[in-house]
Amino acid sequence: MLNQVYRLVAARQFEVQTVAETVTANDLVIRPRFLSICHADQRYFTGNRPQAILKQKLAMALIHEGVGEVVEDPQGDFKPGTLVTMIPNTPAEKDPIIEENYLPTSKFRSSGYDGFMQEYVCLARDRVLKLPENFDPQMSAFIEMISVGVQGLSQLENVMDADNKVIGIWGDGNLGYITAVLVKQLFPTSQLIIFGRHQSKLTYFSFSDQTYLVDEIPAGLQISQAIECTGGRGSEQAIAQIIAHLRPMGTAILMGVSEDPVGIDTRDVLAKGITLRGTSRSGRQDFEKAIDILAASPVTRERLQNLIGYTCQVHTIQDIINFFEHNLTNYWGKAVMEWDV
Amino acid sequence: MIYAQILAGGKGTRMGNVPMPKQFLSLADKPILIHTIEKFVLESRFTAILVACPQDWLSHTQDLIKKYITDDRVQVVIGGAERNETLMNGIAYIHEHYGEHDDDIIVTHDAVRPFVTGRIINDNIEAALKHAAVDTVVAAIDTIVQGTSEEIETIPLRSTMFQGQTPQSFNIKTLVSSYNSLSNQQRATLSDACKIVLLAGHTIKEVRGENFNFKITTPYDLRVANALVERRG
Repeated sequence: MLNQVYRLVAARQFEVQTVAETVTANDLVIRPRFLSICHADQRYFTGNRPQAILKQKLAMALIHEGVGEVVEDPQGDFKPGTLVTMIPNTPAEKDPIIEENYLPTSKFRSSGYDGFMQEYVCLARDRVLKLPENFDPQMSAFIEMISVGVQGLSQLENVMDADNKVIGIWGDGNLGYITAVLVKQLFPTSQLIIFGRHQSKLTYFSFSDQTYLVDEIPAGLQISQAIECTGGRGSEQAIAQIIAHLRPMGTAILMGVSEDPVGIDTRDVLAKGITLRGTSRSGRQDFEKAIDILAASPVTRERLQNLIGYTCQVHTIQDIINFFEHNLTNYWGKAVMEWDV
Repeated sequence: MIYAQILAGGKGTRMGNVPMPKQFLSLADKPILIHTIEKFVLESRFTAILVACPQDWLSHTQDLIKKYITDDRVQVVIGGAERNETLMNGIAYIHEHYGEHDDDIIVTHDAVRPFVTGRIINDNIEAALKHAAVDTVVAAIDTIVQGTSEEIETIPLRSTMFQGQTPQSFNIKTLVSSYNSLSNQQRATLSDACKIVLLAGHTIKEVRGENFNFKITTPYDLRVANALVERRG
């Protein structure tokens, strides 16, 4: 099958390239419908990665968050038109200990090989999950990011001690919001506190028990467990505050991506017996759990639908460029494009 | 109902010395025709996908489809002496096997345009469900000059010039009645299926094509096409 792939070839420059795809009996052909931008895509688009990385990774189709419709299933399990979420993590092997999303041999879309900005996406059938019909398709576009939140909270459950009285989230952006919504669902009896930099963003977290601006945290405040969702230059301050406010033997889940190494006060980490656990991409299990959580809770779905920020239908390469440019100035929420290229 | 007809009736005379019609030549290890059929098979709304081929190449076409395509909606019909006769043969086949309905539409496409996209096919279907006739076009890049091979008579405004591609899509009933309403003299001037309904007084809706949805006509085109296709690593 000849497939048109919309690749970023240089900063702010997309080109369509034709790829001959081989569709095996184990594959599905998916027509992308709604695609959501993440910060990593935006960094590639603006060329805000080291030149050596850009040279190595481009040309590449961006986007690893999206839903699509099945157009062909050689085995007939999925009817044409079935709405599915696409899993961007593609494992090449199985390991009894290491999960698929942490295996160094796994390929990840829009980070080394083509993402979802394609006419059709050919996926192995275990990289696709059917969505319930009552899911909003635009919200479903960022189920991948929700599954990353699920991965973080699953790891928190695995690692943390028995104290779940107060859970603190550092970060008032998209990942912070998603994780906060999930905490409310997964830890319903816990007190949820959000720590952010922008009062205007913190007002969106109306379902949390308390919010604080990061420069106004009461000195004696203590939290049981912490989740860091800031990334970038904010990571260092967030981790320092987490170490300062975490109870002894608490766990901090680190989820924000930082380009540069950050300083960590290991003296206090050691003195308090704190566990720092890094989490990253999600795997199929996290997608399954995310769909179960959303299916079980209309309130959770509604809160996540509130995260849909800028939406736009794209038909041409110029529309795609405009969409990415607009997202740069998008203050709140996830930008979702209706893919009709 | 919605039908597709892939016109593979060409004899390939512009391909130079190659004795095989161009739609059967290889692009990225598969016949061009097969790449084109594969794109239409992905559209589930088609009731049937007809492939019109020259009489002499009937068994070859059937063998290729058997080898590469598993979708039983794909059926081979014999093409006519020229393009519009081929189109009408396909419609006669549809009427014979599936009956006639006022809202039937047909999406016709050149077999030698394998770079057609799902979006273009979908836009054709959506437009043909609302309009009697649909043409796929791209804005002209070069200035169009009109005249003889010796002299220019006029240079139309480029912004009003478009290049016609395929698919071309029609309400079948309108297409047949338009074709029947034309005189033999008018029919002799037909270079394009959309012109049938245009001469009969209907308007034609435009759908945006793509510059890469080009027609592989010459050896140069085939070299370009092969150079464009990348193998997935």
